[in-house]
Amino acid sequence: MANLKDLKGRISSVKKTQKITSAMKMVAAAKLRRAQEGAEQARPYAERMNRMLTSIAKSVGDTEGAPKMLAGTGGNRQLYVVCASDRGLCGGFNGSIVRETRRRLRECAANGTEFKIVTVGRKSRDLLRREFNDKIVASFTDIGRRGVEFDEAVEIAAKITEMFEADEFDVCTVIYNKFQSAISQIVTPHQLIPFAVDEAEEAEEDKQTGGARAVFIFEPDEEEILEDLLPRNIATQIFQALLESSASEHGARMTAMDNATRNAGDMIDNLTMTYNRTRQAVITKELIEIISGAEAL
Amino acid sequence: MAEMVEFELVSPARLLKSEPVEMVVVPGAEGDIGVLPNHSPLICTVRPGVIKVMESGKVTEEIFVAGGFCEVSTERCTVLAEEAIMVADIDAGEARDRLSAAEKAVSEADEDGMGKAEDERRIAEAMVAAAASA
Repeated sequence: MANLKDLKGRISSVKKTQKITSAMKMVAAAKLRRAQEGAEQARPYAERMNRMLTSIAKSVGDTEGAPKMLAGTGGNRQLYVVCASDRGLCGGFNGSIVRETRRRLRECAANGTEFKIVTVGRKSRDLLRREFNDKIVASFTDIGRRGVEFDEAVEIAAKITEMFEADEFDVCTVIYNKFQSAISQIVTPHQLIPFAVDEAEEAEEDKQTGGARAVFIFEPDEEEILEDLLPRNIATQIFQALLESSASEHGARMTAMDNATRNAGDMIDNLTMTYNRTRQAVITKELIEIISGAEAL
Repeated sequence: MAEMVEFELVSPARLLKSEPVEMVVVPGAEGDIGVLPNHSPLICTVRPGVIKVMESGKVTEEIFVAGGFCEVSTERCTVLAEEAIMVADIDAGEARDRLSAAEKAVSEADEDGMGKAEDERRIAEAMVAAAASA
């Protein structure tokens, strides 16, 4: 039977761990609320940007001069932007995103498609580095330390745009955890380049306008607007992904820490039980010794 | 009441304004655009400048934007701004500081950074002008 002192040590150590996990849970909950608000408030911009781009895309259509970012280059070299967190202790958050990325990358490797990776967050870099080190072309860390800023998204977008213009890839996909609720985050791949027209939204719009498309006046002309709008759109989509990812991270951490706190509680109960039993046994043993000692006299 | 146009001002971080107005003047890239109800659909880029919300011929609100895009449909006018601030809230001194910093950046910028520095200078210039007019 374990001795009393060891048990006491275990109990106090588990209690300390529990304090930490419950504090982390609290912090995550507070951050989650903020991140969620941020994600919700940013939605209108992304939605409207998307709507605007959709209407321009329809107007420009597949004409010869359409920008490559819109129409695509026809190639199939992939660029993956993987959004994970900087820190661990958030349950399956990083694991699931990296697993999905690995699956896709292995597929690419298997059928000979060229691919490159941009990692966002320390964890995605660390976890992908072992297998795909030579494919990682850029890493961003410390994103969203104090809430996600639009400038950070612009920075990432600038890097992507620069690479696209240097003809280093053809298709760009961002993989992130979409925030569903504190307990469920969905790994979502979202294609940035070429711009994917949202079919559902298009159908919705058709319904509203009765199929008749509004003819837009463009000022200056479509090409010039697109030239401005497309990079801006990439920044916006990335911003959205970062916000969702950050909300998901805090949600995942909150759940993970909640579980950890509960487990620690169970463990403390068990240990306390063992401790009490052992103490009782020791007392009984001592009594027996005293009594048998007295009887022997 | 006269017909209204739904004016929306959105920044990347949030929806800043969404309200029906009589008329709104947007600083388009190629000149100011006044939007009244039933304007024909239009998409344009926005230069750094001041958006004016008008009511019965008078300016009721002035908002500075640092460029962006504007989409007009018959009943709506949506401005996607990168940066937006009420003209009354602009600190003239701060705007001037920003302008001088931007000018310095332009004079120091190499070939690659030039475009960006120029953009920043234009924004700062417009900001100073907006602050002066307020």
